[in-house]
Amino acid sequence: MSWIEDIISPKTRKWEEFYRNRFQHDRIVRSTHGVNCTGGCSWQIHVKEGIVVFETQQLDYPLLDSKLPPYEPRGCQRGISYSWYLYSPLRIKYPLIRGSLIDLYREEKEKAGGNPLKAWENLQNDKESRARYQNSRGKGGFRRASWDEALEIMAVANIYTAKKYGPDRVIGFSPIPAMSMISYASGARFLQLFGGVNLSFYDWYCDLPPAFPEIWGEQTDVCESADWYNAKFIADMGTNLNMTRTPDTHFFAESRHNGTKAVVFSPDFSQICKYADQWIPLHAGSDGAFWMAVSHIILKEYHYERQTPYFLDYVKRYTDSPMLVHLDKVDNEYVPGRMVRANELSQWKDIENGDWKFLSLDEDSGDFVVPKGTMGYRWDKDGGKWNMKYECGETDKSFDPVLTLLNKKDEELKVAFTEFGLAKKALRGVPVKWIDTVNGKMPVTTVYDLIMAQYGVGRGLGGDYPSDYTDPDSAYTPAWQEVFTGIDSKTLFQFAREWADTAIATEGKCMILVGAGVNHWYHQNLTYRAGAMALMLSGCVGKNGGGLNHYVGQEKLAPVDSWSSITFAKDWVPVSRLQQAPIWHYINTCQYRYDGHYSKYNTVKENKWTDKHVADTIFTSVRNGWMPFYPQFNENTLELCKQAIANGATDDEGIKQYVLEKLKSKELKYSVSDPEAEENFPRVWYIWRGNALLASMKGHEYALKHYLGTHNNLIATDAEEQPEEIKWHDVAPVGKLDLVVDLNFRMDSSALYSDIVLPAASWYEKADLNTTDLHSFIHPLGQAVAPVWESKTDWDIFKHLAKATSEMAKRYFPEVQKDIVATPLTHDTPDEITQPTIKDWYNGECEAVLGKSMHKLTVVERDYTQIYEKFITLGEGIRDKGLGAHGNHYECKEEFDEMCTSNHFHNRKYQGKILPSIQEDEWVINAILHLSTLTNGKLTEKAYKFMEQKTGLQLADLSEGSKDVKIRYADLLAQPRRYNTSPVWSGLMNDGRAYAAYTYNVERLVPWRTLTGRQHFYLDQELYIAYGEHLPTFKPAPNPEVYGDLRETWKKGKAMALNYITPHGKWHIHSTYMENLRMLTLSRGCEPCWLSEVDAETLGIKDNDWVEVHNDHGVYVTRACVSSRIPPGMCIVYHVPERTVGIPKSQLRGNKRGGGHNSVTRIHLKPNYLNGGYGQFSYHFNYWGPVAPQRDTHVIVKKMEKLVW
Amino acid sequence: MDVRSQIAMVFHLDKCIGCHTCSIACKNIWTDRKGAEYMWWNNVETKPGTGYPTKWEDQNIYKGGWEKTDGTVRLKGAGKRRGLTNIFYNPNLPVIDDYYEPFTYKYLDLIESPELDDQPTARPVSLITGKPIDIKMGPNWDDDLSGTPDFARNDPNLEKISPEEQEVMFQLEKMAMFYLPRICNHCLNPACVASCPSGAIYKRGEDGIVLINQEVCRAWRMCVTACPYKKSYYNWYTGKSEKCILCYPRIEAGLAPACMHSCVGRIRYLGVLLYDAEKIASAVHGEDKDLINNQLDLILDPFDEKVIAAAKLNGIADSTLHAARFSPVYKFVKEWGLALPLHPEFRTLPMLFYVPPLLPVMASVKKVDNTAQADKMDPIAKKWDDKWLYDTSTEELWGTLDQIRFPLKYVASLFSAGDVELIKDKWKKLMAVRIHRRRVTVGDVSDEKADATLADAGLTAETADAIYNLTSLPKFEERFVIPAAHREQAIEMMDFTGDEKGATGFGIKNEVKRGI
Repeated sequence: MSWIEDIISPKTRKWEEFYRNRFQHDRIVRSTHGVNCTGGCSWQIHVKEGIVVFETQQLDYPLLDSKLPPYEPRGCQRGISYSWYLYSPLRIKYPLIRGSLIDLYREEKEKAGGNPLKAWENLQNDKESRARYQNSRGKGGFRRASWDEALEIMAVANIYTAKKYGPDRVIGFSPIPAMSMISYASGARFLQLFGGVNLSFYDWYCDLPPAFPEIWGEQTDVCESADWYNAKFIADMGTNLNMTRTPDTHFFAESRHNGTKAVVFSPDFSQICKYADQWIPLHAGSDGAFWMAVSHIILKEYHYERQTPYFLDYVKRYTDSPMLVHLDKVDNEYVPGRMVRANELSQWKDIENGDWKFLSLDEDSGDFVVPKGTMGYRWDKDGGKWNMKYECGETDKSFDPVLTLLNKKDEELKVAFTEFGLAKKALRGVPVKWIDTVNGKMPVTTVYDLIMAQYGVGRGLGGDYPSDYTDPDSAYTPAWQEVFTGIDSKTLFQFAREWADTAIATEGKCMILVGAGVNHWYHQNLTYRAGAMALMLSGCVGKNGGGLNHYVGQEKLAPVDSWSSITFAKDWVPVSRLQQAPIWHYINTCQYRYDGHYSKYNTVKENKWTDKHVADTIFTSVRNGWMPFYPQFNENTLELCKQAIANGATDDEGIKQYVLEKLKSKELKYSVSDPEAEENFPRVWYIWRGNALLASMKGHEYALKHYLGTHNNLIATDAEEQPEEIKWHDVAPVGKLDLVVDLNFRMDSSALYSDIVLPAASWYEKADLNTTDLHSFIHPLGQAVAPVWESKTDWDIFKHLAKATSEMAKRYFPEVQKDIVATPLTHDTPDEITQPTIKDWYNGECEAVLGKSMHKLTVVERDYTQIYEKFITLGEGIRDKGLGAHGNHYECKEEFDEMCTSNHFHNRKYQGKILPSIQEDEWVINAILHLSTLTNGKLTEKAYKFMEQKTGLQLADLSEGSKDVKIRYADLLAQPRRYNTSPVWSGLMNDGRAYAAYTYNVERLVPWRTLTGRQHFYLDQELYIAYGEHLPTFKPAPNPEVYGDLRETWKKGKAMALNYITPHGKWHIHSTYMENLRMLTLSRGCEPCWLSEVDAETLGIKDNDWVEVHNDHGVYVTRACVSSRIPPGMCIVYHVPERTVGIPKSQLRGNKRGGGHNSVTRIHLKPNYLNGGYGQFSYHFNYWGPVAPQRDTHVIVKKMEKLVW
Repeated sequence: MDVRSQIAMVFHLDKCIGCHTCSIACKNIWTDRKGAEYMWWNNVETKPGTGYPTKWEDQNIYKGGWEKTDGTVRLKGAGKRRGLTNIFYNPNLPVIDDYYEPFTYKYLDLIESPELDDQPTARPVSLITGKPIDIKMGPNWDDDLSGTPDFARNDPNLEKISPEEQEVMFQLEKMAMFYLPRICNHCLNPACVASCPSGAIYKRGEDGIVLINQEVCRAWRMCVTACPYKKSYYNWYTGKSEKCILCYPRIEAGLAPACMHSCVGRIRYLGVLLYDAEKIASAVHGEDKDLINNQLDLILDPFDEKVIAAAKLNGIADSTLHAARFSPVYKFVKEWGLALPLHPEFRTLPMLFYVPPLLPVMASVKKVDNTAQADKMDPIAKKWDDKWLYDTSTEELWGTLDQIRFPLKYVASLFSAGDVELIKDKWKKLMAVRIHRRRVTVGDVSDEKADATLADAGLTAETADAIYNLTSLPKFEERFVIPAAHREQAIEMMDFTGDEKGATGFGIKNEVKRGI
């Protein structure tokens, strides 16, 4: 082996310095990527010679308990490619303004003698000029501008809009605050001081899982990824962890080597399948059918035949299953109705909140009991009974709830159940007790008995129960599910039994991992509920290693208590305008016009609720206080207050009464009732931290048309069925928005289509905070280099905008204004017990009572000259009112005062008082940290003490370990810190225990924030009963004929439709990183359309051919990627491609530039989510309301013969 | 006994998530510059697939590695002698299209475009010519494809598998894929070193890292041909060849190489192996079937007093010997026999070992006619007009060896020169650990069954726990046990270390030309 030289002369090795010099660097700064990836990864940003050269991961997460693998290293292929962006040619270096707009504005300003307000007014009133710049949106022609000029245009648009139409026509969209909380807060704080509107995002992204509020009264609460390791059976329901939870996936892999079984459900052989012990390739969107059958087996074998004590004890204590339910006679048939209320019994007919307390039976005495912990007890004047002890709230006596009436029945009644898959009704025997109520004798049963009947477990009862497991026509047998899923029953048997056996052996360590793969289907809630039922029936919720763990967006903003007050300016303004985005876009982009009647694609029972257009139900929901809608009214809310005063109103109450009367007389109209009228348009739109016009804009082409007024590729026409209550205009407006502003670090699709693009500092150039539900650390963004070129942090940009707007107000709008703000009935407040039954005041069914039968109204004072001062000063509202979240509350006077005096904080004099200053981003961070229970141990203790009073339980011991915790920003830069166990969240994390949702509820008996305080099998809300979703059920995915994506397209010849699936991709986080050269190089230089070999052959398409993916809504032009890992009948376009990079012109749509993945989507909303004022079915921002699904979309994929750039 | 020390690696493929973070960590630091655009010192391939450069494993095309003919082992394509006769024409070099033509986009058009009647877009352009490009290939083109006529089915490893078996591999119910991350193997018998006419390539004595001297390299590119893994690349801008340097500047600072540091799947391990250099010649001369055993045989026990004494005699530092005793690589490779080299038949004695992946069980497909049932569905419902039912059930909690996806022959072609039994052995061990841990953590596996499985795999419960610990729970410092570089000693061979303290970093010191 003579070629291996043993000794190399040291001199010849001097060259080795070559590579050493490259690696040497000057500084490492800790930061992360604020990009809604859920990573929250700790990175070392390497700076060399004053520029960022590369990044690698930090490795210093504090360790959790010793049985868990460590978190390090966190950070994926996308994060590590970020530094490319920093100095890339896509970087926005200077403010840019659309050339056509700036020319017109300057011209008008000159004509108006330098008066900017007059200039903007004239420009907006000149239809031709307005259309001129609107039509040029997205088509190039940007001009570099000065910050001063850009700020002037924004400020004048703000003031003009507030004066003319009202401040609620100024809209902001920024998603996912948890990814960079301060940046989110900047625009939100500005808008709420202004009276503008923040659009929600979690529901709009369709990441909000409605099943969570339905079952648990919770937005989303899931375990951190380390807890996956604690599971012993993992069912991965379509969530592609490798792609979407890249830094966490190792826990999944490592858990398997610790003896965990892993099963993956996915129609394609997705990347996570490579780990699976079993891959179950069920039909796309059919998971619910599989799970219904799993629960059928669990109920039959483990609940009825074996009576597994662990399972029965669990459902009895922690679910609504022992609650009594009415059986109502409708059309001569008994059907499940409302839960029985305590005040229906004569002995309790007058108790406080008796509509919101429910009944069970005591096993020993056979007496009725009113279990503690239900929502009525949550809001009783005297607290102390909101807990899950087996105690009657009215007598304080202990009891043992009756789960089933099987051996206690007075009678067996045949009850009608509907199965929507085969569209079959079954009459099944249910054990019943007749009870004497104040309304007479009535048959009731338990939720548990209804569940048994719904799932088709006969238990010796008569009626249409399945004959056995092989009965294919009876819900929900293993044989029944085969036609929906394409999976053999044998696989299902193995799964269900291993699942249940593992749950027994481990007391609840079976886990479902789920995400966009399922939540983006139209019937996402039903699929989730089907899975959650299997978990709850096996005692797997609220357990480490168990639970329904839904990961889609980075929704967990850990210090939500202090953050939300500062963000929505609650320190100065009592109420905020927070808009549910899906209904807003559905109405304002005119997508409702193209939708038609939802009963055409949603299998529902026929009744008065289901015989409606969704748009009409939206209007109902707004006036009844279920959902918010801004703009509020067809009149300026500032002018309305002036009118009220002119008409004799002497105080805020008078103003409210004036407005109420005008609403009642229908003289004042809700904007939502006439969205095409000019006075109801949204006018000015601020977009920051998100790609609002493409990545999240389902119905993107509709937005191009109706919002922007620029070219679009849609060929859809108005639907045949029109709404009845919403005023119809035969011609839909084009170009509703006066001004679109985008803050960005890169020229993405939204920036390209905006009027003003502002250079925003990115994640290595600013101070910020980041948290995620995937781990339990609070994490900083740190400044490795100053904002590059002329960019500024978001905090600074909105601070400057606040200043420019206040300066403009001093000239043109100096008077102090009164504004009247409508807000819906909200969850976690007494509002949630206001509407036990639905009565519509608008149609005269009841009295119009603010905050009861309808929304609330609040009068707010707005001094537009003071927005800047208030923006940078922390107001005393926090000191006076305290803080809280999720129904929790704590006062923080001392902490606030400390901020005014301690030299650890900054303060300033405003209105004669010394108040905390939040002028700089770091100062806001420290204010949030100082005032949150998550990061200030003194407050944690206070919050638990509050909960002790509310529940009558001992809880404050949970805060003992964190009493001295006081985390500051500088601490986080040194090392990420684990935050405190806090009553704001439901997981216990003391002593390094992995966070798992609802362990607090299960172990400490603190109720869930639901009607019964327990987990809900049964949803007795009226709309749920009307739509047939009160019981867990299965509704099939709608077929392409009924869904309406291809009506016009098919007129040109019926071609094969493929289900269009847009899962999270490997080379991007939504659209970010997608055009990053690293990612494009490692993928295929584009985001292709993945096709199965079979379909590709049928369509005459070869790998890497150019294709047009199209339907009525628009077209996406890309290349084909042919793979045997895709099943026939579907295609995948991993979201999100930008339409800015490498997209040729569409040959099908007139040689115009092809769009993005959302060019072929349009939203369809489920109307049952519109309800409100009813327990967990009450509005909260990003928490409740229709979500915007797109997964049922179908497209046609056609080979493109001619390539034109 | 001629004891040497080598920094060696293990990649646990069952844990690899195919994310490519490693590739970018490497690229950002080392190859993000002119002439190196197309280089990926670390790349990740989807198997089955043709890889990067395409079909690199096929030595009929590239003539890399060693071949044994008539009892002697010589370079297959680019020996010094053979190379020199062809010095200006090396017919076995991959061309740029075998890698890919690097590209970028005219991004600035988005910001600078004048107003048009349609939206501007950033067109792709070649990074070499600057002209518009039709992208047809990339460094990871067959990523996640797992099967497609142009790529997976041209995987050279399929040659050893019958056409019927191949066809089965690409049916949905049986197909699978896994990821193969690759860096330079820092071989004990490196073909690149042997092939270099300039003598520019050397294997560092202290840690076995193979380097191309950037001052000496004369761009013959024989190493590009000789390396059967195609991990030596020609930089067209500097005119030098470059390759993975195992991040020696990081290793010397006590840091893991960037690709390993950044491995978010936590699949990578690095540590010292002691080996007997005297056995290299006989090891590479063995029969194909003996190659792996030969290679394992030359790895020495760091706890053996004789080895320690011999190592000291060779000047191996105490700190290195100490590190060797904590080496995770030693455990995986030698102690537990869980890791195998990639393509041992190339005979370079690669010092990067792979734990083969477990794969999900196969499904069977039952033909059914569900038309009648589908017709009963609600008219709104989407119907799937397939004519089969999938069944992936197994008799036991986990499937058995005969149910795993992929013919074992395929895996054997990659990691054991075709020896299926060796692959079975690894699979059994991995599964035995899981069954044992199931017994411990859930208890629904009987002691009898768990013990029998362990015995069959040749493991004890104690060893199984140790394997589990290092697989699932390791902390960073357990995965990477980096021996001290003792740079002070290396420097002292040229300079007084105390002087270098003040002079280091000033760059390659060119002598100042003083002229009269």
